[in-house]
Amino acid sequence: MTVFEQTDSFDRKSDYPISELDLLVKSNEPVNHEYRQLILAAPADLLDRCRAGQFFHLLCPQTADHRPFLRRPMSIYGFYPQSGELHFLFKVTGTGTRALATLQPGDRLSVAGPLGKPFEIEDSWQHLVLVARGVGLATLAPLALEAHRLDRKLTAICSARHRDYLLSIDYFKDLGADVIAITDAEGTSDVDHLERLLEDLVQQGKADVFYTCGSNRILTLLKKIGKRHSIPGQIALEQQMACGLGMCHCCVRPFEQNGQIVNLRVCREGPVFDLQAALAW
Amino acid sequence: MVDLSVDIGGLKLINPIMPASGTFSEELAEVFDLERLGAHVTKTITRDWRNGNPTPRVCEISGSMLNSIGIPSKGIQAFLENTIPFYRQYAAPLVVSISGNTADEFAALCADISVDGVDAIEVNISCPNIEEDGKAYAIRPSTTYEVMRKLRKATDLPLWAKLTPNTGETPEVARAAEEGGADALVVANTILSMAIDIDSRKPRLGNLMGGLSGPCLKPISLRMAYQCAKATNIPVIGCGGVSTAEDVIEYLIAGASAVQVGTASFLNPTAMIRIVDELVAWMVRNDVSSMDELIGSINDGEQSEGLVFMESAP
Repeated sequence: MTVFEQTDSFDRKSDYPISELDLLVKSNEPVNHEYRQLILAAPADLLDRCRAGQFFHLLCPQTADHRPFLRRPMSIYGFYPQSGELHFLFKVTGTGTRALATLQPGDRLSVAGPLGKPFEIEDSWQHLVLVARGVGLATLAPLALEAHRLDRKLTAICSARHRDYLLSIDYFKDLGADVIAITDAEGTSDVDHLERLLEDLVQQGKADVFYTCGSNRILTLLKKIGKRHSIPGQIALEQQMACGLGMCHCCVRPFEQNGQIVNLRVCREGPVFDLQAALAW
Repeated sequence: MVDLSVDIGGLKLINPIMPASGTFSEELAEVFDLERLGAHVTKTITRDWRNGNPTPRVCEISGSMLNSIGIPSKGIQAFLENTIPFYRQYAAPLVVSISGNTADEFAALCADISVDGVDAIEVNISCPNIEEDGKAYAIRPSTTYEVMRKLRKATDLPLWAKLTPNTGETPEVARAAEEGGADALVVANTILSMAIDIDSRKPRLGNLMGGLSGPCLKPISLRMAYQCAKATNIPVIGCGGVSTAEDVIEYLIAGASAVQVGTASFLNPTAMIRIVDELVAWMVRNDVSSMDELIGSINDGEQSEGLVFMESAP
């Protein structure tokens, strides 16, 4: 039994799980000098359809300096049907995110979604362990909210170059998570140290499932520990996308399924995949 | 009252808007009612399973995109079992796009896919990514005629030949397709292109080169649609850079009877139904009541054949 159900069947005449909408920008503020938080006003029926781990495909604005052509996929940072808000946390790195950074309150942004397969939290998973680094913390943040809602114990191991880049720590703490911060600057983010932290959690019976995203190092380590102790895991992955819906087959990545390497679409079969099926890159 | 219906070689469409192959799939039914489209055109299938090309499979350039997907295909069996039954719930005609590595293999697939539930077959004789040495059947009139003859013998369904812009013989290829038995021409596929990252000096596509699509391609496809309509007596379906009703009208005036929408659906999943709505509004505004009033209505005077079928920029 999984908590999140994917919409596999629907009435073709009236029930459309994916929307293309122009949403109003409520705010778009820097959270440090690399990351910004974008808050959009969204209708409740859209927010009700959102699940942790899903993403939206954003049509970034055309500016004098930045002319992104394709949409940009961005994982949901937070969705709040009661306040009517959809949140994204993004790192300003390329043409699309630079254009997004120019959005002002009152502007409109075209979003398509919610898209993709969400994280699952099975009934037997009482102690959740989340390991993320950098902007990956944004992808895992809604999982913390869902864990809180379902009254599950959560340990969040948050990794960054420096404490200043540890995003969402207070957010995780407010949701009752045990937060373990590790940083390059303090020499605590290396794989050996992380492995000891995780082994400790396993020994204490506080690791029924691992959730992660993004980092090759963390993926490789979690796969090893997961295999060693038969602990399941899920990973959210990224890939360059064109359509975001599954039509174009641009965003495939290789996965191991039944001993074979197969290409799966990150937008459709993912972005959340089984940890052991994911391959380091 | 405006009438959007068009006739493509005996196949009646409720409107001239349909997806371009490779930019459409069952997933779009989760966004809007696919019944609103003139036809459904599937991604090209091959007889056997194909993995497709290495990533990156897409890159954006100013105002357009390049792709090199490489026709990943689950093969004919999966298509017969899953895809055709899905589209059977819609009244809109189903157009199945197919490809083959040799003319005989192509024709055999064409015969095997001519089943109940399929209303027309679009033969992708133009995909620039997978033919040996980048050569596609539709680059030359001789190979076009040869493969179309075999395809024609393989099926009684309407055959739509998808042409390539990677040829210097557009009218000759169009005539060869018509003589080979095509019921309509889809004009055209993507144009072979390239992009390089200047920092890494690496090609920006995993497969080195790929097909250009989007608004940049429209003047090229429009020119070809015009030439093909002049060169043949079969319907032309315009394809390349359509993202607004005005683009559709331009193709119709050039001589196309319908259009396919591709890249625009990547930017706006609802693009096709928006275009249908815009087309109705435009017709009402301009007092045009049927597609026949637009198709081939170009005011091009009495141009010489030399000018119409020119294959070099003046």
